[in-house]
Amino acid sequence: MSIVSSCQFLFFNLDFFVQYALLAMNMDRKNQILNSENDKNIALSDEQQTIQNITNQDYKYGFVTDIEMEEFPLGLNENIVRMISAKKNEPEFMTEWRLKAYRHWLKMKEPKWPKLHYPEVNFDDLYYYAAPKNENAPKSLDEVDPELIRTFDKLGVPLEERELLAGVAVDAIIDSVSVATTFKNKLNELGIIFCPMSEAIQDHPDLIKKYLGTVVPYTDNFYATLNSAVFSDGSFVYIPPGIRCPMELSSYFRINAAKTGQFERTLIIADKGSYVSYLEGCTAPMRDENQLHAAIVELIAMEDAEIKYSTVQNWYAGNKEGVGGIYNFVTKRGLCAGNHSKISWTQVETGSAVTWKYPSCILKGDYSVGEFYSVALTNNFQQADTGTKMIHQGRNTRSLIISKGISAGKSNNAYRGLVKVSSKAENARNYSQCDSLLIGDQCGAHTYPYMEIENPSAQVEHEATTSKVSEDQIFYLNQRGISTEDAVGMIVSGYAREVFQQLPMEFAVEAQALMSLSLEGSVG
Amino acid sequence: MLSIKNLHVSIEGKPILRGLNLEVKPGEIHAIMGPNGSGKSTLAHVLSGREGYQIDSGSAIYKNLNLLEMAPEIRAREGIFLAFQYPIEIPGVNNTSFLKKALNEIRKHRGEEELDAIDFLSLIKKQMKLVEMNEDLLRRPVNQGFSGGEKKRNEILQMAVLNPELAILDETDSGLDIDALRIVASGVNKLRTESNAYVVITHYQRLLDHIIPDFVHVLSKGQIIKSGTKELALELEERGYDWLLEKSESPS
Ligand SMILES: Nc1ncnc2c1ncn2[C@@H]1O[C@H](COP(=O)(O)OP(=O)(O)OP(=O)(O)O)[C@@H](O)[C@H]1O
Ligand SMILES: [Mg+2]
Repeated sequence: MSIVSSCQFLFFNLDFFVQYALLAMNMDRKNQILNSENDKNIALSDEQQTIQNITNQDYKYGFVTDIEMEEFPLGLNENIVRMISAKKNEPEFMTEWRLKAYRHWLKMKEPKWPKLHYPEVNFDDLYYYAAPKNENAPKSLDEVDPELIRTFDKLGVPLEERELLAGVAVDAIIDSVSVATTFKNKLNELGIIFCPMSEAIQDHPDLIKKYLGTVVPYTDNFYATLNSAVFSDGSFVYIPPGIRCPMELSSYFRINAAKTGQFERTLIIADKGSYVSYLEGCTAPMRDENQLHAAIVELIAMEDAEIKYSTVQNWYAGNKEGVGGIYNFVTKRGLCAGNHSKISWTQVETGSAVTWKYPSCILKGDYSVGEFYSVALTNNFQQADTGTKMIHQGRNTRSLIISKGISAGKSNNAYRGLVKVSSKAENARNYSQCDSLLIGDQCGAHTYPYMEIENPSAQVEHEATTSKVSEDQIFYLNQRGISTEDAVGMIVSGYAREVFQQLPMEFAVEAQALMSLSLEGSVG
Repeated sequence: MLSIKNLHVSIEGKPILRGLNLEVKPGEIHAIMGPNGSGKSTLAHVLSGREGYQIDSGSAIYKNLNLLEMAPEIRAREGIFLAFQYPIEIPGVNNTSFLKKALNEIRKHRGEEELDAIDFLSLIKKQMKLVEMNEDLLRRPVNQGFSGGEKKRNEILQMAVLNPELAILDETDSGLDIDALRIVASGVNKLRTESNAYVVITHYQRLLDHIIPDFVHVLSKGQIIKSGTKELALELEERGYDWLLEKSESPS
């Protein structure tokens, strides 16, 4: 039962009043309702006990430079691309596709974004094959920074998973593998394919040929093109027609995630009338030696299909002085290919030094729906430039954008969004709400809503607010016995509630705790 | 329980409280009346630890603790409760979760076991009857979109759940309709014990018909210029403050 745990426990509701309703129904069920696991969860959600007495959330382990590679040299050239492909036993078409991408990439320039500042990445100074062996990896949890262990405690990460997340050199994660297998068998029965991308390329080349790169073409942008040339691994999901995936596809991925490397690639296809909810990432901090992350996620929803994609991103953000941290350049895009299809992105972004990310929807099918719910929290010297693109192509398409930016410390947080209604998209509707919350007066929040409307029947609404965590609110909570750090955690969680509600329950609880942790040291 | 001696407080260099003295013993109800701007809310805020006030001199000792040096949340955990004159809205924060968190912080501080969801809910249900509050309000974010009167009832509900030793009610009666006034007052009376005390700030004698004070104080320009029993409130109702103010302005 190990992996199912912290991202997956049995749990009634984040909202207290559901239990309230239960109580009203039947007081005698007390013992049934409240097992100890639930108690733990309630404690987490309601009380965010996460924040006291830990000073700042200093990340636990820097980047280790002493890396032992297999036989792959530094830098990137055609040979390396071929080697990557060969190493993975890929069919010829895949090798060719990677090479095409690589050649195209050579002609591209790294984009310069006005709101992001970071030292230039030297692409010749990177290893492009994943899984470098790190001799300095801790041999057991005893060698791991106690601060990290405390974070795990606060987030309720079960013991079995901690070694994995802390990067402890373990050969086999016995429990995890068996649980993963159980999942897999159940999914197999339904015809659902859920496997690492590298496996899908071998076992389902027809699906890969048909869909890979159709939503994010290899020419798309600098980082996407680089990813297409050298992508390491990721997940592949196919849901057959009419099937409702019976579980959140997450915990299995969580095991994989530790090994997918810096150029992840994920492809999810929901065939006609199917449904899937996919969770990426984990609230628990993960050890990673790679500074640059350039992932791609492609989603395809056929007629009447629905894909819900949730992310919690908590990569290393750099220290309090702004040194180190992950650069996270992600291309995520969903295609609502069929009529009445729906794609919903939910993201909670608290990590990384630099985030550049715009999960988008192409609303091609008539009556298709795109949604984007985002909480982006930046503290210290973090920078986030994130938002979405909603591209209305079909008739009667609808999109909804709810973005909540939270800036603390000296950080900068930008929302950048595009709503595009093409000439054929009769009766398209969009509603966007972009709120910014400031904590302290040294941080920044910026909103860049772009609109391109080519059809006069479009109804596009945009609302934006900027607010501060008010001292009166903090005092009110103080006066009821709640410490200032807890108070800020509560206010911020309340502010982001609309987005948290979109997350699967067990994830929402963790995400809330995570927010409080990420805000440590931002007040007082 | 509470002993305030010669308290001088200023805001941005401007003196607001100017030598205030007050003794409150367990079981007592003290009413504080006085013209607008005389410093009633300032006193309430200073006692509960709000920032922005400069303590120039004097002391406030509460249960042998030097109150003015304590963080606001510690004062709350030690049993001081302020029913705000203007309760603030906290969007998205569920009223019930908030109150559960508050109660458990206080219980932890006292070394008591924290209440689980079910025990807490039965407590809140019981206390809600005292203020006859609509259950709906429990499910909503703290004070968000509450009417003026609903906010005041919510303050009293919180008081009923947190069970403070010293409760300061800052114009809780303002904005309440006549029925609500009676309900809130009877709530206070039911919560009253020999060991807790109330400081009730009000402009209106009618509240004191329901919550019978042991003492009535008149605050003017940062000083208590007259103290008496409940009859003083009646007299004020009849005569206003002028006769007192004139007297206090003459050199003493
Ligand atoms: N933040 C502040 N800055 C400047 N002056 C202030 C501030 N807060 C209060 N004051 C002043 O202090 C004085 C006392 O205010 P306080 O709110 O304590 O009065 P009050 O007796 O509660 O009045 P009311 O009956 O109208 O509620 C007033 O003159 C008020 O303007
Ligand atoms: Mg006042």
